[in-house]
Amino acid sequence: MSATDQKTDQIWLVEVFVSLKPAVNDPQGLAIADGLHMLGYDEVQDVRAGKYMQLHVAGADKASVESRVSEMCEKLLANTVIESYRFDVRQAQSE
Amino acid sequence: MSTRYAVITFPGSNGEHDALKAVELGLQQPVEPVWYKETSLDRFDALLLPGGFSYGDYLRPGAIAQFAPIMSAVEEFASAGGPVLGICNGFQVLTEARLLPGALLRNQALEFRCRWLHVRTENNQTAWTSSLDMGEILYLPIAHGDGRYFAEPELVQELEDNDQIVFRYCSPTGETDGSANPNGSVNEIAGISNRAGNVVGLMPHPERAYDALIGGADGLRILSAVLAAGASKLGTS
Repeated sequence: MSATDQKTDQIWLVEVFVSLKPAVNDPQGLAIADGLHMLGYDEVQDVRAGKYMQLHVAGADKASVESRVSEMCEKLLANTVIESYRFDVRQAQSE
Repeated sequence: MSTRYAVITFPGSNGEHDALKAVELGLQQPVEPVWYKETSLDRFDALLLPGGFSYGDYLRPGAIAQFAPIMSAVEEFASAGGPVLGICNGFQVLTEARLLPGALLRNQALEFRCRWLHVRTENNQTAWTSSLDMGEILYLPIAHGDGRYFAEPELVQELEDNDQIVFRYCSPTGETDGSANPNGSVNEIAGISNRAGNVVGLMPHPERAYDALIGGADGLRILSAVLAAGASKLGTS
């Protein structure tokens, strides 16, 4: 990473959650719900399975990181025909 | 005149050799594999995107392949009206690339389904179905884990209204009552086209049905359509 370009950048931890839209049947979620019911967890009303992705992203501020991550979600991380997404951005812990 | 076919091959494709053999042996036409890193398709008349597991199906089937270097040329070829056929994973790639509407989801039963079945021709005006009769029943193999065609109800209606549904799963006698649906696809959809009819995607494998010796030859009815539509004829040069 070039020190001149990025010396003001911070590292951000981005957590992306992708799940099937409510209108899309989720047979995996149904199978998981069946499994929980078999274990006696009768209180489980509904399960939706999805994906979780963790990104470390360099950026000057939170807003610019959010705008870039939105683009990433629209282009690749989610297929918006079938999936919805949300993400959280926070400063990564320095090591 | 011959028709020059390209078989677009990604890391993880596994149907490219079937496609090459089907065109070479079944149609006696020139055909070449085109590696995903290439950027030009100028020398071809028709494109096949074969089955397989491009990029290991990571993220979603077809999700990573849609941005492979060759895909810009595929998009150009398609928007110029060239015939493009996406088979199985190739269909998934075309939906991810938004060259075809909708999406393909995990099979309803969560099982990989591998068997021969019947599909009924719903539109014989596309580049890849012009040799078929309306209602013609084809016997083709499927082999997929993510073949459940999905689109929002309004989009499904639009596809129905525009005759973009090209094949439906059916019984051996042509009934589409849902009992022959192998994966839970909405409205028994096995294949669709874009609005112009030059881009078609389907889950069954026509390239694995090019000779009676391997179970059937109905696949050639699809693969050869671009010959009938174009300047060349099967078996002549």
